[in-house]
Amino acid sequence: MTRPIAIMLTINAEPVTAMVESRLSLADFLRHQLRLTGTHVGCETGSCGACLVMQDGRVIHGCLTLAVQADGSAIQTIEGLSESGAIADLQAAFHERNALQCGFCTPGVLMTAQELLQLEGVPSREEIRDALSGNYCRCTGYQAIVDSIETTAQRRAVGEAEQPA
Amino acid sequence: MNKPLSRVDRPNSYIGKSLPRPNAKRLLAGRGRFVDDIQLPRMLHAAFARSPYAHARIVSIDVSAARAAPGVRRVVVGSDIAKLCMPWTGTLRHFKDMKSPPQSPLAIDTVVWAGQPVVAVLADSRAQAEDAVELIAINYEERDVVVGIDAALAPGATLVHDALGDNLAFQTTIENGAVATAFNDAAAVVEVDLRFGRHTPVTLEPRTLIADFEPGERALTVHHSTQTPYQFQDIYARHFGLDESRVRVIAPDIGGSFGMKLHVYPEDMAVVALSIIAERPVKYVADRGESFLNDIHLRDHRVRAKLALTQDGRFAGMRVQDDTAIGAFSAYPRTSAVEGNQVVRLMGAPYQLTNYRADLRVIFQNLPQTSQYRGVGHPIACAATERLVDLAAKKLGLDPFEIRRRNYVTDEMYPHTTATGYRFERLSLDQCLSKLHALMDYPALRAEQAQLREQGIHRGIGIATYVEITNPSPAFYGVGGAHISAQDGCVLKVTPSGDVQCAISVTEQGQGTETIIGQIVADQLGVDRERVRVLTGDTETTPHGGATWACRGAGIGGETALQATRKLRSNILEIAGAILQSRPDTLELADGKLIERETGTVRMNLGELAALVYFRSDTLPPDLKADLTVAQHFAPKGFPFAFTNGIHGSLVEVDVETGFIKLLKHWVVEDCGRIINPMLVDEQIRGGVVQGLGAALFEECLYNDAGQLMNGSMADYLVPMAGEIPDIVIAHVETPTLDTELGAKGCGEAGTSAASGAVLNAVNDALGPLQVQISQIPMTPQRILRALGTVQ
Ligand code: FES
Ligand code: FES
Repeated sequence: MTRPIAIMLTINAEPVTAMVESRLSLADFLRHQLRLTGTHVGCETGSCGACLVMQDGRVIHGCLTLAVQADGSAIQTIEGLSESGAIADLQAAFHERNALQCGFCTPGVLMTAQELLQLEGVPSREEIRDALSGNYCRCTGYQAIVDSIETTAQRRAVGEAEQPA
Repeated sequence: MNKPLSRVDRPNSYIGKSLPRPNAKRLLAGRGRFVDDIQLPRMLHAAFARSPYAHARIVSIDVSAARAAPGVRRVVVGSDIAKLCMPWTGTLRHFKDMKSPPQSPLAIDTVVWAGQPVVAVLADSRAQAEDAVELIAINYEERDVVVGIDAALAPGATLVHDALGDNLAFQTTIENGAVATAFNDAAAVVEVDLRFGRHTPVTLEPRTLIADFEPGERALTVHHSTQTPYQFQDIYARHFGLDESRVRVIAPDIGGSFGMKLHVYPEDMAVVALSIIAERPVKYVADRGESFLNDIHLRDHRVRAKLALTQDGRFAGMRVQDDTAIGAFSAYPRTSAVEGNQVVRLMGAPYQLTNYRADLRVIFQNLPQTSQYRGVGHPIACAATERLVDLAAKKLGLDPFEIRRRNYVTDEMYPHTTATGYRFERLSLDQCLSKLHALMDYPALRAEQAQLREQGIHRGIGIATYVEITNPSPAFYGVGGAHISAQDGCVLKVTPSGDVQCAISVTEQGQGTETIIGQIVADQLGVDRERVRVLTGDTETTPHGGATWACRGAGIGGETALQATRKLRSNILEIAGAILQSRPDTLELADGKLIERETGTVRMNLGELAALVYFRSDTLPPDLKADLTVAQHFAPKGFPFAFTNGIHGSLVEVDVETGFIKLLKHWVVEDCGRIINPMLVDEQIRGGVVQGLGAALFEECLYNDAGQLMNGSMADYLVPMAGEIPDIVIAHVETPTLDTELGAKGCGEAGTSAASGAVLNAVNDALGPLQVQISQIPMTPQRILRALGTVQ
């Protein structure tokens, strides 16, 4: 047994200090130690995207990142993105279009979508499908997910255009 | 036709509307509650030492180092657990002479597949349990392994179970009409020899359960990622000698199931036993590697079939041989014979065909068990039948649409009984065919195909017709002795403020069960659907029922809810009549209010009525039966199954240099009877189609001759991802069943049933001009190149 290591980071804009085992993944740290169970684990090998979270604004795999590697960084989980209202439009589009069934992939899919939507311009359907290449969904067949992201991109573009300069 | 259920002008007409799912908001906010999200006080974690060999004798087990490892609370071997758990046997009486040996949670003397659990460790954390598993020393004496179908059937074959005498779990023959004559007199005969790759469900949430045994009351609560909690309540009670009333199974949010999470797994039984031994809650979460090794596999079939044709392009007779390999044990409690049994009963079903013979062999091998998964046999029967039909069309120079139209069961033939004894109430084969033709713009596609061929681009167009078994009666399992319910139950209650709670035995895995049940209740009662709360997935708070499998949620669960609601409505009108001194039949419930039927004048709110019933019973007439809670059970009684039908179309492009297949578009026309929520039906179909596309192009568990899985990770086992999947166009025909008031049939498996068959036909259509064929799925680039003769 190795001695636990102290880490300090912000999670969903709140400061967190914790003792973690060096081998503990960020996903397991979030889920089991902090009880942020919105981040899911589907493969633990970086293939399925169920564990995606944001670290300093970039999407990373919670299963491939160790909790100790998150020391000093700012992590956003689905709980944080949801409660801050940052993805309320995306969530609404997913809800209207039924872009989820079991919902196990959904938090990871929303991370990918949010990162994509932060880029310039409205992505094409092909670009959306491409961006989702690391998100496995067994239930939906993807089309409704693509539709919802496309809708949100269009709505955000219109919204931005209407913003006073 | 059934009468229209709702008047569209009414305020609460919800049946037939695309409404979003109220329970999806929680999941979108990361507030789902899956089994692994639950932590109970003093909970321990289980991990298993598994056999590395596909067949071996266990010589010795040394667990001393594991017992001494940090955090370890118990280490348990097979004989410890066998004392607590009655073994289970995966046979059913209606599969005559079927055999499969009794199975125990942990292997005792021999192991028969690689991955079989042998020793269980309980520790404070999963990581500690896994560390301790590494310290367990098991000595094995390897035995010969049998994997292939032919090897398993060969005389003198290695036996998976010595005591059984051979590797044949079950065989059956179905014969109808004069098959030999049909083939003797045939103008032409076409045949196929098709191989279907063994694959696995890969639900994103792995199998997970927490067993929590309370010794004082001998009560067991299991939080179980399953679609069938009632079935597990029965199984845990019987196999562990517990009172059924004290066994509670809760299925919270489930991260996909598709049939995978309704079978008994050795780990489930081990975890319950461990909780009884430790008298503490025990959690087990399969990791992805364990999922590949031990989740059920499916569709390991070889189908050889022939179709006899008349001069004018009619089907004169069919012969089928299906050999299916099911692993080392037949699954419990549904067996592993059902898939093969459905293949041989569904072949040729959409067509006029009386002369039919099929032989089925269900075979043991040293691999994980196969069993029911979305579609159960339908994709195999569909692909094999539709391949034959396309070959027949080619042989006779007919268009694929035309040959189907010529041979379908026609409208005036209903009710129709197939050569294998299935009964169709009414299908819409011709209508679906015509609709698909228009939807695809078939002539334009053919023209484009011809033009592109001149440029060396190989496009293929394929279609595949399916019929699908839904709304199953006890003919499926109950008659064979399985404790699996074909009925469902619903309890409806009005709360004092006039809200409605509906506890029902069909379950939710994201398909929208709770949503459609809520739509039916609100519609039939006349209240806003926001005021109806649907509860599912807990054996203690919902009535006993079949839950969700084989496409029964809407058809059977929906009808149960409809009948319960009509009962409640009539009670409410009776009570209202007494309170308002009016005849009940002059009143109506609309938008949560009691109104006069003729004038629409509002007399009182449902909440006011409920408050009087609950708080001022002194003001009600003494002889009034004021029941605001009703219970209703419903089981299908008419046709044994409500058959649905439909047709898929596929457009592909084959790169003959690389062997890659690009899916360009997929179309589905389907008829699931009355549609309750079109959006949810479409999304069920899309998800199902993509699972079928996975089978067609990507998914296969690759085993070597030693019975070792070669691709047991998500990096190596390919699943369909967003970039490979085309948009899917869907259209509907609605032929409601007259067996129920609701008229709904199932739609959950329609997508999977015909997708792989349509792609198989499309790829062969693309390869046609090159004079080669492919007869195996998944159609990997390597197999395409092999078919083209480019590689060995
Ligand atoms: S759990 Fe991290 S990618 Fe699958
Ligand atoms: S909704 Fe179930 S895996 Fe995506």
